[in-house]
Amino acid sequence: MSAFLVRGGRIVGPTSSSIGDVLVHDGVIVEVSESISLPSGCMEIDARGCWVGPGLVDLHAHLREPGREAAETIESGARAGAIGGFTALVAMPNTEPALDNVALVSYVLERGARTPLDVAVAGAITVGRKGESLAPMAEMAALGVRLFTDDGIGVQDPSLMRRALTYARPLGVRLAQHCEDELLAAGGSMNEGEVSGRLGLIGRPALAEELMVMRDIELVRLTGAPLHFLHLSTLRSVQLVNSARRDGLPVTCEVAPHHFTLDETSCQGFDPLFKVHPPLRSAIDVDAIREAVRRGLVDAVATDHAPHAPELKDLPFDEAPAGMLGLEYSASLTFEALGDDPDPVLFFSLLSRGPARIAQLRREDDRVRHDAHGGDIVAGDDANLVIFDPGARWTASNANLHSRATNSPYDGRDLKGQVRTTIAKGKLVVNEAVLV
Amino acid sequence: MITSIRGQNLLTLEGMSEGALLEVLDTAESFVEVNRRTIKKVPALKGRVVASIFFEESTRTRLSFETAAKRLSADVLSLAVASSSVKKGESLRDTTATIDALGIDAVVMRHQSSGAALQVSRYVPHVRVINAGDGLHQHPTQGLLDAFTIRQVLSERKGSSGVESGLEMFKGLRVLIVGDIRHSRVARSDIWAYATLGCDVRVAAPGTLLPANIETWPVTVVSNFDEALEWADVVGLLRLQRERGSGSFVPSLEEFTQTFGLTLARAKRLGPSTIIMHPGPMNRGVEIDSKVADQVNAVITRQVANGVPVRMAVLYLALAGVREGGAS
Repeated sequence: MSAFLVRGGRIVGPTSSSIGDVLVHDGVIVEVSESISLPSGCMEIDARGCWVGPGLVDLHAHLREPGREAAETIESGARAGAIGGFTALVAMPNTEPALDNVALVSYVLERGARTPLDVAVAGAITVGRKGESLAPMAEMAALGVRLFTDDGIGVQDPSLMRRALTYARPLGVRLAQHCEDELLAAGGSMNEGEVSGRLGLIGRPALAEELMVMRDIELVRLTGAPLHFLHLSTLRSVQLVNSARRDGLPVTCEVAPHHFTLDETSCQGFDPLFKVHPPLRSAIDVDAIREAVRRGLVDAVATDHAPHAPELKDLPFDEAPAGMLGLEYSASLTFEALGDDPDPVLFFSLLSRGPARIAQLRREDDRVRHDAHGGDIVAGDDANLVIFDPGARWTASNANLHSRATNSPYDGRDLKGQVRTTIAKGKLVVNEAVLV
Repeated sequence: MITSIRGQNLLTLEGMSEGALLEVLDTAESFVEVNRRTIKKVPALKGRVVASIFFEESTRTRLSFETAAKRLSADVLSLAVASSSVKKGESLRDTTATIDALGIDAVVMRHQSSGAALQVSRYVPHVRVINAGDGLHQHPTQGLLDAFTIRQVLSERKGSSGVESGLEMFKGLRVLIVGDIRHSRVARSDIWAYATLGCDVRVAAPGTLLPANIETWPVTVVSNFDEALEWADVVGLLRLQRERGSGSFVPSLEEFTQTFGLTLARAKRLGPSTIIMHPGPMNRGVEIDSKVADQVNAVITRQVANGVPVRMAVLYLALAGVREGGAS
């Protein structure tokens, strides 16, 4: 079916929201008004009591293909994303081999095009993500790559990072940094602090992250190239980026749901499900990150969706790989973080419009292959829409995940708000919270 | 709060109640006598199977546990998983399942990763897990035998038995722990046991060998090591964990010895009755002078000897009240 009438929802625009109907036809929003009569042959979707906004955009999804298909594939990741309300995902380049050349980027784009979602690619900054020499960013940019990162690890060498920024600037692309100084992080497996000291686990200090944020802010000041800070996890990091922003520097940042919902005490049971880089921080930092989300001090919430095969999460804590699933519960966890009187405009700013702007997936950006995302819900826009029910109450369950992997730390957690419907590239992908 | 290890796992001494500690000490006391008999065996765990799995090399702890199990008449399955033969990356769950399939009641395990014993206890809830040392985290039976040894020595001086003495001697007892606290699972067990028993616990170490946020621990960090030696009733030395990379946390072993080693000169500051302890194996000449290690007040070999009755007590209590066939 290619025509839908979304009826009676709160339509959330970029600055305000109002109750009304949205008519979609042939992949495009054709009418938005207070009341639209149902055309013949058109499916009606009841959105009363729900928020209707632009489809969510994830800046940070590890889709594991190629190389670790036992954990996730582009197809399974897209299904998990659709359930989570996403219409566009940015696939991270730390695959095996890394997405550091046009052949591999093309492969992922082609695989992504077979899924119901838009799958964009973040290319590697350095060859093999080894932090030694620049990857062919201009060639990848010509394929439409707009973000580059070595995520999983930051570019450690300041000279190389400076060169990468200088090289990237005229390409009109944005670099994104995983900020952790690995020498200071010392191979640690959780946040350094009271808990790590007692558990006898080597800690990754907050300073390992903050030092690289400081360094890179100064490199942005020097080069003028835009930089996106991935998954910031400390109060100081967010303060630093906002201070740089006030200085007029072209910096943006994201935070991940686990950093505003779980603190370091979660590691007390030595369960590798709670191991992630940057690590789950102190309660003070967790509260600060949630407050930053609520006050709109971050540009995006991004999942850092990191599937791992179950046998790898059965290793001892210090040997297990870092990372946890994120796509399916991100919208609900973000909604909950917004407090008792959640602002729908902020919700869609964090989960759709902000990330779409950073990934250059909006209408005003020069698009290559991709639909427009993070739009204003106006006639003429591509139909990438999500219907979110703020009144829903449900429970996370690792038995019901759509990812191939099951390494979610939220099993059994009560959730507020739920994605009811996802319309991606004009097609109904999720309805009544199940895949169509 | 763990109020008794009866029928329970022994994974950590953090959060173990005074009563639970007393129960182990008193039970161990009753096994001391067994070890003095000509026939050193009681039938307490006859028919029970105790597996001993050491993922990390150890001689004394393994021998001590296996001796303890055999003196209780348990069958011992000793699995040779020397770290060299265990492929790094093998799932802990798979290894555990293999061992469990042999039919065991308890597993004594040592692993180089902190938390490994707790993880294993989740995979085999029907098997009692005794932590014989996990990474930098805990070495609970060492903490128990250290407390047992202190009680034994102080009771003997009073001419009474440990059981009669109860826990009174621990109240306000001045214990100084010296050395590589950061990388020591022994320190993490000793400190919690001593603090729970009411000791005044202080630690002395180079700043780099203190764990993160030690100010939240029930200890005082001393600023003057020499004065602290004069203050102490008990001095517990720790091995400098060179194999865990702690060598790079101090400029040199010589400098460590100069500043925090119990040298002959420094040992003169100790009171005449101060007890000197070391969990072994010692780096003679590094954290402790060879002559000091052999002084009368050094109870290092007594610690080793007490390992057997204390581990007998732990195995006995952990398996007590567990029905034939396994599940409690």
